Amino acid sequence: MKEEEKGLSTIVKVVTRWIVGFILLFGIYIVIFGHLTPGGGFPGGVIIAGVFVLLTLSFGREVPLRKLNSTLASELDSFGALVFLLVGILGLYLATYFAQNFITTFPQQYFRPFSAGVIPICNLAIGLKVGASIFMVFIILAVTRVISVGEGRMKMLRKRTGRRRRK
Amino acid sequence: MKLIPLMVAIPLGTAFFIPMVSRKNQRVPDLLGNLCTFTLFLLSLCLIRFVPQVYFMGGWKPPFGITLVLDGLSSFMLILVNLVTFLITLYSISYMELYTSKLRYYSLLLLMLAGMNGVILTGDIFNLFVFLEIAVISAYALTGFGTEAEELEASFKYLVLGSVSSVFILLGIAFIYSLTGSLNLADISQKLAGEGIFQSPALWFAIILFLYGFGMKSAIMPFHPWLPDAHPSAPAPISAMLSGLLIKAAGVYPLLRIFYNMFGMGNLSQKFIPQILMVLGGISMAGGALLALIQTDIKRMFAYSSISHMGYIFLALSLGTPLGILGALFHIFSHAVSKSLLFLTSGSLEYVLHTRDIRKMGGIEERMPITAFSGNIGFLSLAGIPPLAGFWSKLFIILALVKAERLGWAIFACGVSVLTLGYYLRMNRYVFFGKIKSAFRRVKEAPGTMLGAMVLLSLVVIFLGSLLIPPVKKVLLSPAVHILYSGEDYVKLVLGG
Repeated sequence: MKEEEKGLSTIVKVVTRWIVGFILLFGIYIVIFGHLTPGGGFPGGVIIAGVFVLLTLSFGREVPLRKLNSTLASELDSFGALVFLLVGILGLYLATYFAQNFITTFPQQYFRPFSAGVIPICNLAIGLKVGASIFMVFIILAVTRVISVGEGRMKMLRKRTGRRRRK
Repeated sequence: MKLIPLMVAIPLGTAFFIPMVSRKNQRVPDLLGNLCTFTLFLLSLCLIRFVPQVYFMGGWKPPFGITLVLDGLSSFMLILVNLVTFLITLYSISYMELYTSKLRYYSLLLLMLAGMNGVILTGDIFNLFVFLEIAVISAYALTGFGTEAEELEASFKYLVLGSVSSVFILLGIAFIYSLTGSLNLADISQKLAGEGIFQSPALWFAIILFLYGFGMKSAIMPFHPWLPDAHPSAPAPISAMLSGLLIKAAGVYPLLRIFYNMFGMGNLSQKFIPQILMVLGGISMAGGALLALIQTDIKRMFAYSSISHMGYIFLALSLGTPLGILGALFHIFSHAVSKSLLFLTSGSLEYVLHTRDIRKMGGIEERMPITAFSGNIGFLSLAGIPPLAGFWSKLFIILALVKAERLGWAIFACGVSVLTLGYYLRMNRYVFFGKIKSAFRRVKEAPGTMLGAMVLLSLVVIFLGSLLIPPVKKVLLSPAVHILYSGEDYVKLVLGG
C-alpha cells in the first residue's frame, strides 16, 4: 500500500498539515505560561499529545512514529517525571523542605515567563511527562490488538506495519 | 528528619530511572530494583529513631500544606512493607525470568511501593487518595502482567471494582471537605470534635462510603469478588505483594487512620459502625475459610485464606480496646509475612512443576525440601501453631475478644482457626506428602535467590514472636497502639508540634 493511500482523505490531510504547527505552538504556550495564564503542564501536555493523535488519525500510524518513536517517547516520559522529582529533592537540600521553592523571584520579574520560582520548571516537566505518556497510550492502542486463538484464549499482538507486509 | 520524604522519593525516582538506563542489559533492573528496596528497608529501620516526627512538604504548615506524619503506626507499617518488598524483589530475580519484560515489572513494582509508602506516611486525606491510586493502578497493570486471557480478565475485573471503590472514597472525601473545609486528618478531627457535625446525615453517608470503599480495597466479604481472581492470576511475587501488603496498606491502614484518628471510634459507636465492622469481619472469616476448603488451585486457596484473615483483622479492630488494636496490628504483620511466604512457595512450585492444581502434585517434599519447609512454616503460622507468628496474633485477638466480654465471638474465632488448619492440612497432604508422581521424579529445587528469599521470610515468621519482648514492644508495637487508641495525641502531634 502506498503512503498516500493511507489515512483519511486528501482534504483532511491538507487541513491537518496547515493546523498541526499552530496546535503544537499553542500547546507549548500553555505549558510555558502555565503559571501566568489559565492552563499549566497537564492541559498543555494533552494538547501536545493531541498533535500526534491528529497526525495518527489523518496519516496512519507510521507518520507520527517516524517523528517520535516509542522508545524516545518512553524515555521523555521518564525524564519528565525525574525532572519533577529532582526539583523536589533540590528543594530538600537547597532550601529546608521537600519541594520547597529555592529560586527567589524579584518584583520586577512578576508576570514574566521567568518568575514564580520553581513552578515553570515543574510545569515543563509535567508537560513533557503528560504529552509523552498520552501519546504512548494512544500509540499502544493503535498498534496492538487482541486476537482469539481458539477455546476462548486470547493473545495480544503488535499490528504489522504496511512496509513489512510488502516483503 | 530529611529522610522522611525519601521513603516516597527513592522508589518513585528508581521506578522512572530503570526504563531509561536498562533497555539493553537485563541485569540492570534486577540490580537497581534490589538496591532500591534494600536501601528503603534500612531507611525504614533508621526512621524508628525519629518517631514521632511531622514533616511539612514544601514548608507549608498544616492545615494548608501536606504533612507527612511519622508516628508509631507509620513506622511499624513502613518496616513491614519495606521488609517484605525487599524479600519479594530478591525472589523476583529468578522468578521473573519466566516473563519477558523485567524493566516494566520493576518499574511498576517500585511505583506500587512508592504509593504504599506514601499512603502510610501522609497526614492529608486527599494526598492519601492520590497515593492510593498510584499503588492500585500499578497493581491493576501487574495483575495482567502475563497478558493471557485469564490474567487480562482478572485485571479488568479488578480495575472495574477498584475504580468503583476509589470513586466512593473520593466522594467520601468530598463530603468531609464540604462539611469541615479541611483535608488534613488532624485538622478535620479537631473540627469534628468542636461542632455538632456528628448530627449531620452527610457525615454518616461519608462514613458509609469510606467503609464501602476501603472494605472493597481490603476485600472484606461482601465486597471481595475481585480478589480470588486477581491474586492467583498475577505473577507469584505480585500475588505475595497484593495479598501480603496491598490489601493492608491500601485497605485496612487508611480505614484505621480515618476511623480511629479522624472520627474516633467512640463517636462512630453512636450508629453501630463497630458492630457493622464486626459482622463484616465475621462473615469474611467464616466465608473465606469455607470457600478455601473446596479450592483445587493452590493460589486461589491462598487468596480465599487472605479474605478469611482480613476478617480476623476487622474483628479485632472493631473492638476499639488497646488489646484489640494490638491484636489487629500484630495480625497485619504476621499475616503479611506468612501469606507472602505461602505465595512465594506457590510460585516456586509453579516454577518447577508448571501447574497450580494441587490434585496433580504429590510427594513434592522429597524433591523440594526447602520449598516444603517454607510452605509448612507458612501454613502452620496461619493456622496458629505456637511459637510461630500467627499463633501470637490470634492469641491476642481471642484474648481481646474475651476481655471485651464477647465470648461468642471468641469461640467463633477459635472455630474458624480450626477450619484454617483443616484447609491447610488438605493442601499439605495433596502437595507435599504422599507418593511422588512419576512425572515429578526428576524435578530439581527452585533457583538459589528464590530459596534464599523464602528461607529469610520463614525466619521472620519463626522469630516474629520476639516483637512481644518488652524492650522491642516498647519501640515498635506500643507506640503504634497508643497513637490509634488516643486520637488526641495524633492531633496534638500534627497541629501542635
